[in-house]
Amino acid sequence: MNAIEVKALTKSYGDIHAVQGIDLTIAQGEIFALLGPNGAGKTTTVEILEGFRSRDSGDVSVLGFDPRLDGQEARQWRDRIGIVLQATSDSGDLTVVETIQHFSGYYSNPREVDEVINSVGLDDKTNSLIRKLSGGQRRRLDVALGIIGNPELLFLDEPTTGFDPQARRNFWALIEKLRGDGTTILLTTHYLDEAEALADRVGVINAGSIVEVATPAELGGRSTSKAMVTWRDGDEIKSEATDNPTALVGQLTTSFNGEIPELTITRLSLEDIYLKMIGVPHE
Amino acid sequence: MNKIPSALSLGLRRGGLEIRQFARQRESVVFTLLFPVILLVIFGSVFKDTIAPGVTFSQYFVAGMIASGLVNTGFQALAITIPLERDFGALKRLRGTPMPASSYFIGKAILVSVSMVIQILMLFGFGVIFFGVHMPTDASKWLTFAWLVLLGSACSTALGIAFSIVPKSGRGASAVVSPIVIILQFFSGVFFIFTQLPAWMQQVAAIFPLKWLTQGMRSVFLPDSFATQEVAKSWENGRTFIVLMMWLAIGIYFSVRKFKWDRD
Repeated sequence: MNAIEVKALTKSYGDIHAVQGIDLTIAQGEIFALLGPNGAGKTTTVEILEGFRSRDSGDVSVLGFDPRLDGQEARQWRDRIGIVLQATSDSGDLTVVETIQHFSGYYSNPREVDEVINSVGLDDKTNSLIRKLSGGQRRRLDVALGIIGNPELLFLDEPTTGFDPQARRNFWALIEKLRGDGTTILLTTHYLDEAEALADRVGVINAGSIVEVATPAELGGRSTSKAMVTWRDGDEIKSEATDNPTALVGQLTTSFNGEIPELTITRLSLEDIYLKMIGVPHE
Repeated sequence: MNKIPSALSLGLRRGGLEIRQFARQRESVVFTLLFPVILLVIFGSVFKDTIAPGVTFSQYFVAGMIASGLVNTGFQALAITIPLERDFGALKRLRGTPMPASSYFIGKAILVSVSMVIQILMLFGFGVIFFGVHMPTDASKWLTFAWLVLLGSACSTALGIAFSIVPKSGRGASAVVSPIVIILQFFSGVFFIFTQLPAWMQQVAAIFPLKWLTQGMRSVFLPDSFATQEVAKSWENGRTFIVLMMWLAIGIYFSVRKFKWDRD
């Protein structure tokens, strides 16, 4: 069974058609990144899946249930789901361990509190009040609260905003660990390198529709696109797009009789592809 | 696989957490718990005369302060702090967990009850020691007191949760809620003797629970001879019960049906 199945999902706010017929399937154990500019319908889509928002039409199944559940059924369903929202803050008068301990009591089968604190790297902040944490540390607490219930499915909305590079790498390692446990993850992010590092598949959403779904390596024909070979020829920088960069470099090696000055070979980055897909001109 | 915890047990846990959080906010502890005592000290020192044979103004005022304490710690505190929690995103996060709404409400009710008990004990202590306030000796009066505090707390809690949907933002909540409470206190005979207020004020006050709570508390703390000086020439405790039950039902209806977890 798939963790998430969405068919022909629509949602409008007055005249604004935020989501216009989205189809999406996310397999169990998959890490799926949803990319898209602000206002593309990303948050609306995810919030419908999380059961926070109603929809106008379409079929939605999350862990086999329609998120429009109520009462005890909704509790059973939420017991299997973790949600890390975008901007959450608390009054901050509890400590890290008190907060995580308390939330662990909401679930039938929570993770160990110490283990969770350790996995988000807050060991030395265990007894600190939340209001004394830095922005990045608070974000890690958000993640801790999202995974304390030992969820089968985890929603992560812009999880590493405000992280320094080291914290982001640590966070990525945590996600890899969750992948190892078989957790399905739906990630929305602005960082394309993050999507590339973590996601099995990427979906690009723009103006309320899915533009493409593919692996990060294949998105937008990236794997089959031409490579760009650039080098210096006298005073001039020359470049050539080619399907056979190895052959071209061979020819250049012969003609330069050895080292090619300032040689670079590049392929389109995920960011280049993404910007092209959402219609942003990019040089 | 274990079962998810019951709504009641999570409600008790939430209550513990709410108290812990509250106790760490020193300003609000001092303001909410000490404010009625400060008012008692001020009013008790200014008005020293008796308002009826054997009834000091302090005696009258303690009844009013306990009633309005119920409104302050329940309605006012919740209608101000819940919109703040909503602005923080804390409510939306709770909504995303298996914790049911009822547990959240139970937690708030526990917080209100505990602060109410502390407030009442402090008012009693100061009243008796410094202002010669007499405690009722009749068991039936204490019984009335008990159901008034219980029903009053429940009513005030439910209405505070219900009213939390009104303020648009946490920052503006205090400006919406506090004037309502202060006006009601003046109209309901907390600061002045109710029967000396203009008739239209008395009629407006009679719609809302505070007037009835205050009158009910007078039936506990003032001698029965004073009942003849009430508007209806009696304590009307039966009517007080009905009015509070009605407001409790209204509060519960809006809390359950209309509660807003997300600022939107």
